[in-house]
Amino acid sequence: MHWRAWLGFETRVAVRFLREGRLQTALIMVGVAAGVAVIAYISALVTGLQQNTFDKTLGGQAHVTVQALDDVVAPARAPVPGTLVLSNVQSKAQRLRSVADWQSLLPLLERMPAVAAVSPIVSGGGLAVRGEATQSIALSGVDLDRYDRVVRLREKVVAGAARLEPGDAIIGTELASDLGLRPGDRFAILTGNVNETVRVAALVDLGVRELNRRTVIVPLRLAQSLLGLPGGATSLDLTLKDVWGAKDVALALRGQFPYRIESWQETNAQLVSALNAQSVSTGLIRLIVLLVVVLGIASVLVVSVVQKRREIGILRAMGATQGQMVRVFLVQGGIVGAVGSVLGLGLALLMIFLFTAFVRGADGQPLFAIVLPLALGLQVALIASACGVLAAIAPARRAAAMDPAQAIRI
Amino acid sequence: MTVVSHADHRGQLLIDLADVRKSYNIGMPNEAEVLHGLSLQVKRGEFVALIGPSGSGKSTLLNIVGLLERMTRGSYRINGTDVGGLDDKGLTLMRRDTLGFVFQFHHLLPAFTALENVTMPGLIREGYVSRQQRERARELLAAVGLADAMGKRPSELSGGMQQRVAIARALVFDPPLVLADEPTGNLDTASSDEVFVELRRMHKERGTSFIIVTHDPRLAARCDRLVELVDGQIARDEPIAREESPAAAD
Repeated sequence: MHWRAWLGFETRVAVRFLREGRLQTALIMVGVAAGVAVIAYISALVTGLQQNTFDKTLGGQAHVTVQALDDVVAPARAPVPGTLVLSNVQSKAQRLRSVADWQSLLPLLERMPAVAAVSPIVSGGGLAVRGEATQSIALSGVDLDRYDRVVRLREKVVAGAARLEPGDAIIGTELASDLGLRPGDRFAILTGNVNETVRVAALVDLGVRELNRRTVIVPLRLAQSLLGLPGGATSLDLTLKDVWGAKDVALALRGQFPYRIESWQETNAQLVSALNAQSVSTGLIRLIVLLVVVLGIASVLVVSVVQKRREIGILRAMGATQGQMVRVFLVQGGIVGAVGSVLGLGLALLMIFLFTAFVRGADGQPLFAIVLPLALGLQVALIASACGVLAAIAPARRAAAMDPAQAIRI
Repeated sequence: MTVVSHADHRGQLLIDLADVRKSYNIGMPNEAEVLHGLSLQVKRGEFVALIGPSGSGKSTLLNIVGLLERMTRGSYRINGTDVGGLDDKGLTLMRRDTLGFVFQFHHLLPAFTALENVTMPGLIREGYVSRQQRERARELLAAVGLADAMGKRPSELSGGMQQRVAIARALVFDPPLVLADEPTGNLDTASSDEVFVELRRMHKERGTSFIIVTHDPRLAARCDRLVELVDGQIARDEPIAREESPAAAD
């Protein structure tokens, strides 16, 4: 078969039919374009929004945390069987405790295929004091390189240099302005009974005001001594290769180790359900728009089949098979879908440009970045084109089923 | 121009209809039999006029011969092949390879130019139009006097010109039989003559068989054989004796 022969007849006739019904074709293509634009734009918007929410919330968080189990009150003695025991147990105050044996746990976790990075952390409360000003802080002792792999701290530095030499501290921007600190300045950290002076190495913007007001990050060793946990780590923070696998990883680890192990989904249940609700409604909107697109193409083609009855009859009399007539209309549907997709993607890009250019936050910065990934664009275009073909099935079958003798007589 | 001549096969049986019946609305109160056991044979190279009053079944017969409609009963052989057993695809392929159609005007594809209309049968068969096919289409259009109108759409052509395009289209694959339904039905006398002259010329040059349905007694008289249909039966089937020679008629 000649290469030009594949769908040659069908394509030529389909294109000519579409060109012939100029206004009709233009209208339906604009309709498809609008549908595709909405789908592509809403997909890009929601992806951007979720990524943004995600980064803001999870950027400073581990995907999975490993901590020591809570202290529980053990019954003084086992109740004698058959006796009724009335008890009023007060739950224990939770002291800061280290993850037992974390140094040997760390390499085990690092070797797991799902795990991208592990960072030991010592965290606890304290006060930051400079002159007359005192602020309560959330103190974290970390190994900077490991910690950076978990929360990408270096990207969030807005002033100073991201380093944690002994005596250095990295602090949130709000805390810095509350205490009047700049990189190089010193301030004191107070915990229960220890008092240590540190130098501000860098200011970080973690994207959440409350975090920026509380965060003080110091070297692991310093935090251990400040919080009275020599050699300890209150938590091991894990970053995974697949964020959404956190739940399964946490479950697997819980079965393996006697620690309190939580995934980010568990610590951010509300966020997860919000994101899910958003995804479901986006999916629903896309589905409905797609349905409208399919119905639009189908209805135009149904009309076209009726309008082209005589032509269909002539073509059939000239020897076009029913299969060929079916394909003429399927190709029409496909072309409408494909051309509409290209126009629609252009429109979506324009909408995204307008959104980025004109919708700004209070600080004059774009709210968040939305981009239309090539893969998403191609996917939408492909689905729309496939839907075009799908929409053409019923009209195409009608065209093929026409009695050529009757079609010609009209 | 390579002309596949059918002249060598002249006299062979091409169409063989035996006891053909056709009913519409079968099983309904308004069931009506249009053809009542009709038999007709057409040999290669014949030039047949099919006449008869309106409602006599001419168009139905032509549609059955043209494989556009199925008969209700009877047998039909084309070139010895029984078409009763063919499915839709088989009928389509048989139609494609054996038959050409010239309908009443309006039956060109309006979205395509004259040349494209003539190359359409090739496009249907092959999926593309080869240079030879396009060349052949040009030659045929030139042969029917439309060398200057090839790029024009049907709406830009007169009725007579449209019908000549249809003749070129019917002949592009040199089918052994061309069926023409009122080919001059909507034309004035001059155009009518012009079209008829082309049909006769193709018949003479290529040996193509023609069955022409017409209301025009003047035209019927210029064919070689006259078949008259009355009430779904053949009332008359006779050769036409003409005083003038076929050459003069052309």
